[in-house]
Amino acid sequence: MAIDWFLLQPLALRAGFGALLLLLILGSLAAFLLPRLQPGKWSDLAPRMGSWWLICIIVGAALLVGWQAFTILFAYISFVALREFLTLAPTRREDRMVVLLVYLSILISYWAIWVNNYDYFLVIVPIYVFVGTAITMAFMGRTDGFLATVGIMHWGVIVCVYNLGHVAFLMRTPLEEVPQAGPAGLVFFLIFVTQFNDVAQYVWGKLLGKHKISPTVSPNKTWEGAIGGFLTTAAVFVALAPYFTPLTFYPSLLIGLTLPILGFFGDITMSAIKRDLGVKDTSRLLPGHGGALDRLDSLMFTAPWYFHMLAIFALERF
Amino acid sequence: MLQLFRRLLLVCLVKPIAKLVIGVDVRGRRNLPTKGPAIIAANHNSHIDTLLLICLFPSASLRDVRPVAAADHFLNNPLSSWFSQKIVGILPIERKGRARRDVLAGCREALERDEILLLFPEGTRGEAEEMGNFKSGIARLAEQFPETPIVPVYLQGAGRVLPRGARIPVPFTCSAIIGAPFNWSGDRSSFMQTLKSTIETLSSAAPPLRWL
Repeated sequence: MAIDWFLLQPLALRAGFGALLLLLILGSLAAFLLPRLQPGKWSDLAPRMGSWWLICIIVGAALLVGWQAFTILFAYISFVALREFLTLAPTRREDRMVVLLVYLSILISYWAIWVNNYDYFLVIVPIYVFVGTAITMAFMGRTDGFLATVGIMHWGVIVCVYNLGHVAFLMRTPLEEVPQAGPAGLVFFLIFVTQFNDVAQYVWGKLLGKHKISPTVSPNKTWEGAIGGFLTTAAVFVALAPYFTPLTFYPSLLIGLTLPILGFFGDITMSAIKRDLGVKDTSRLLPGHGGALDRLDSLMFTAPWYFHMLAIFALERF
Repeated sequence: MLQLFRRLLLVCLVKPIAKLVIGVDVRGRRNLPTKGPAIIAANHNSHIDTLLLICLFPSASLRDVRPVAAADHFLNNPLSSWFSQKIVGILPIERKGRARRDVLAGCREALERDEILLLFPEGTRGEAEEMGNFKSGIARLAEQFPETPIVPVYLQGAGRVLPRGARIPVPFTCSAIIGAPFNWSGDRSSFMQTLKSTIETLSSAAPPLRWL
């Protein structure tokens, strides 16, 4: 039954999941063998791979089940990310109810995705949640720290709900527009490329890294790692884009070259925020990775960009 | 029957809500005993603290977990009394007990039954996210049960989720940091000193709390 249903999925998507499974198995093998060859050096690889398995199974299953499951999953992911953000960022005692209201914005935004109304989605967070939180907080009456706190609320909602929401909205692309691998293929490709870019930068950095890009914000980032990662990701993107997206060669080259840069800056930005807040990881949700924000940082910046580039070059719907 | 219902409710409803909605980061889980007798001593900010502590335990241990809670607060109406005693499994303690009555008798009986006591030595929730003075009742218990491990736990965040006086909980990720168990030291004041300073040390491992 399950096998038949899986076989009904587009070929590229099936191949993508197959490749992912292979990567997970190879990674787990490495996590099993490397600590035995070089004791002490790879200790966090095993929990890291364990978390990767969990992420891939949950996100992959939701992708295959359909847009309903995927929208619910991403609404929950937005909630967890926002909760992490608002737990670490300074809030005032009076703002508890405002925080609850900000959580409510997740339901409203994802409702817009559920009813497939792109116009609502576009304005809810940047205008109405913006105005709503500011009004509520002004009404609470405490003025010290007002601007800083209201700014924190907006920052959190934009990255965790608005930007991430684009991933879920991409699942509402009509099938006719993406015959290559369906909307699920489009989303799979975005998430895969974004995470692949993180891993590629890490690997190139480990192999060749010498010159630090931004020693004050993210000391592990090197020019060698970043450029190696960008080029590897761009090559993978251009090579695979015809199987997952309706993009033609030049647009795919443009996105392939820019997407990893956005991912890199998403990562750097979250690092700057973590330094500001004085934490290394945003929580302990994912062993070996840190919190949800640590894993989602690059996707928060790549998702809207990928979405808009597709809208400009390929999709009629958006 | 009720015991089974309690365990089902805790495992299928209470634990998932605590983990999925509130979110708990646990450090030092291997320090947590799964079998009694033991005394878990934590700082106290909110009713959510009891929930967080209960959720640390595996399903099989839940039968023996007994939060020690104020009788004047939780037994003041029949519904709350039934829920607190039968479902949460609290061990009621008279905070304003007359001098003759031994307020710790219930705790001693529980320890003799090899149960795990959850104790808040502050005795009250106090100001949210601020640690108050510790009451010495725990030292008297430890003295009478010198073999029983005392497990210090620092809890953070519950005071934001549901501070004293608030009715609606707001999700914020909470932290539970479990320290290494220790035993009765032979002297009440040094025991209390060790307990408080251990919990304060554990608090430094928690993420910074910015609640202005």
